[in-house]
Amino acid sequence: MKKVCIIMLLILSMVFAVSCSKSDSDTIKIGVNYELSGGVATYGQSSVEGIELAIEQINEAGGVKGKKIELVKYDTKSEPSEATTLATRLMTQDKVVAVLGPATSGSFMATIPVANQNKVPVVSGSATADVVTVDDSGKVQEYAFRICFTDTQQGTGITKFALENLNAKQAVIIMDSSSDYATGLADNFTKVFEEGGGTIVAKEAYVGGDTDFNAILTSIKNKEFDVIFIPGYYNEAGLIIKQARTQGIDVPILGADGFDSPVLLDLAGAEALNKVYFSNHYSSAEPSDVVSDFIESFNKKYNKEPDAFNALGYDLGKFVADAIERAEKIDGESVKKALESTKNFEGVTGTFSIDENHNVVKDIIVIELKDGKQHSTYKVSN
Amino acid sequence: MEQLIQQIINGISLGSIYALIALGYTMVYGIIKLINFAHCDIYMIGAYIGYVCMSKLGLGFLPSLLASMLFCTVLGITIERIAYRPLRNATRIAALITAIGVSLFLEYTTMFFASANVRTYPSMTGFMAKTYKIGDIVISTQQILIAVITVILMVLLQVIVKKTKIGKAMRAVSMDKDAAELMGINVDTTISFTFALGSALAGAAGILVGIYYNSINPLMGVLPGLKAFVAAVFGGIGIIPGAMLGGYVIGIIEVFVSGYGYSMYRDAVVFAILILILIVRPAGLLGKNTGEKV
Repeated sequence: MKKVCIIMLLILSMVFAVSCSKSDSDTIKIGVNYELSGGVATYGQSSVEGIELAIEQINEAGGVKGKKIELVKYDTKSEPSEATTLATRLMTQDKVVAVLGPATSGSFMATIPVANQNKVPVVSGSATADVVTVDDSGKVQEYAFRICFTDTQQGTGITKFALENLNAKQAVIIMDSSSDYATGLADNFTKVFEEGGGTIVAKEAYVGGDTDFNAILTSIKNKEFDVIFIPGYYNEAGLIIKQARTQGIDVPILGADGFDSPVLLDLAGAEALNKVYFSNHYSSAEPSDVVSDFIESFNKKYNKEPDAFNALGYDLGKFVADAIERAEKIDGESVKKALESTKNFEGVTGTFSIDENHNVVKDIIVIELKDGKQHSTYKVSN
Repeated sequence: MEQLIQQIINGISLGSIYALIALGYTMVYGIIKLINFAHCDIYMIGAYIGYVCMSKLGLGFLPSLLASMLFCTVLGITIERIAYRPLRNATRIAALITAIGVSLFLEYTTMFFASANVRTYPSMTGFMAKTYKIGDIVISTQQILIAVITVILMVLLQVIVKKTKIGKAMRAVSMDKDAAELMGINVDTTISFTFALGSALAGAAGILVGIYYNSINPLMGVLPGLKAFVAAVFGGIGIIPGAMLGGYVIGIIEVFVSGYGYSMYRDAVVFAILILILIVRPAGLLGKNTGEKV
């Protein structure tokens, strides 16, 4: 087995070497460093589908600076240490001008020191943790960029939606106390909601993997509140929504992008998914030309409806290609400068500009579910 | 008041599941002094069998329940035959480590075939999805089903253990294995039978959890298994009524802790109470404190 592996590796590297040497002059190489297997493989796979579609379209339209873009794709196996190794390899051996990914904040952050050292920008489509693009002392990570909103922006967006669109005055929070993502969102919600004149009536917690929420729901049932906010992932949120509706709690339920999965519908059932709102990067129910073109071409290539990660990946591909087109020279430093100066880029996940912290300023989309389907979308600006 | 009753109903549904799993732990411990860590994974397999029956084969609830109990029975006997019987006379630590190995084997085999993703049972319709309201109290058919099926299974188990010949053999083997063998009792068959009974109950618990919570995954057995084990110790390990009592008590405590505002500390409180009880009554609630023979 080991021998076979080694031989395979040898052959692969030879093929690789040949293809590299042949295509050096007339292509621009971009690294794709994503979670293609392991724990969060669906995030990586979806992102890469979006990226490949974007690059394919760009190449069909003539490429950038008259050259075709070539993707060099590696699998991080969902491990941050692997992501670092592969980023180094992409920058030093494959000589890419930019690296896309990884999708999750932890892995993406692991590649940033390598990027700063080699002066090649890394760009993520979906690393939402607050700290990603600035270091501990608050200094900007020079070669790291992202095109998604941060958890703080997202939390603020959904809270504003609760205050302004739903006129909520009193809220209950049921949070996943075992995840940083969820506790961060809960803290942010509390802060913004109270500043906006609301009160948090109760704050309950559960642990990822729990299945029984009846006790918590029974205890909040007799309290007065207008909304329930559930920062957490779809696995538990689906069950909480189902059990809440069974107990007769029919107030609006709010969540964040952790709700975005078809599994939510399987768990909660269509009947329970009414008056459920969650913030997201993208909605296929949104009627704009860019979006409908994207959906059509995505459908044609992959024969399925795109999800938020597909959309973010697509935007990421286009966004980086746009920067390379505007860059003075084709190297990491010039591409970084071009990325920094991006203004009003029009993507399928919104129109955005890069701010001084290498984050984006863009609208947050709030999706309303009705009978389990995406019924309408709202835009909340930050 | 209404809230109190509602919480007790919630606690009983949760406790029933713990009790069903705890019975398997306690019976096996009672008879061969082995903490069968693979037991919680038999519960998980039961849930998956139910899933296959209900959503792939389109069977109703009762046939699926029976199928899953039957499959788990066979699985339990097989595990005992292959993994534990060869170690019957080995040290207890060797058997314990084997049990952990079997547990991991079951978890990751399931993960290999069914993937690590959460699977959902088909949503219940008609009678199964009904809820009943008495004042402010809400009870669903599924909760009633869990409570009733648990009680029926427990009564059945008591009848088997107390009134049948094989039950008598089980009690004899658990008291003194060698003496029972000398009296002409087939110890191997009796132990197999004990595994069969425990596994069938775990299978039933698995499918009940499936229809009630709707969500199953290959590692779903770990935490309930741990708590059911605690329930068994709580009631006095090796004592069948103790496991039932322990299951209900743990379920109700858990619900009350999170229901009255301490959801953050739920598991901590449950285990703190366990420690307190074991300090006061080291043999568990129903256990007799017998001196160790030296």
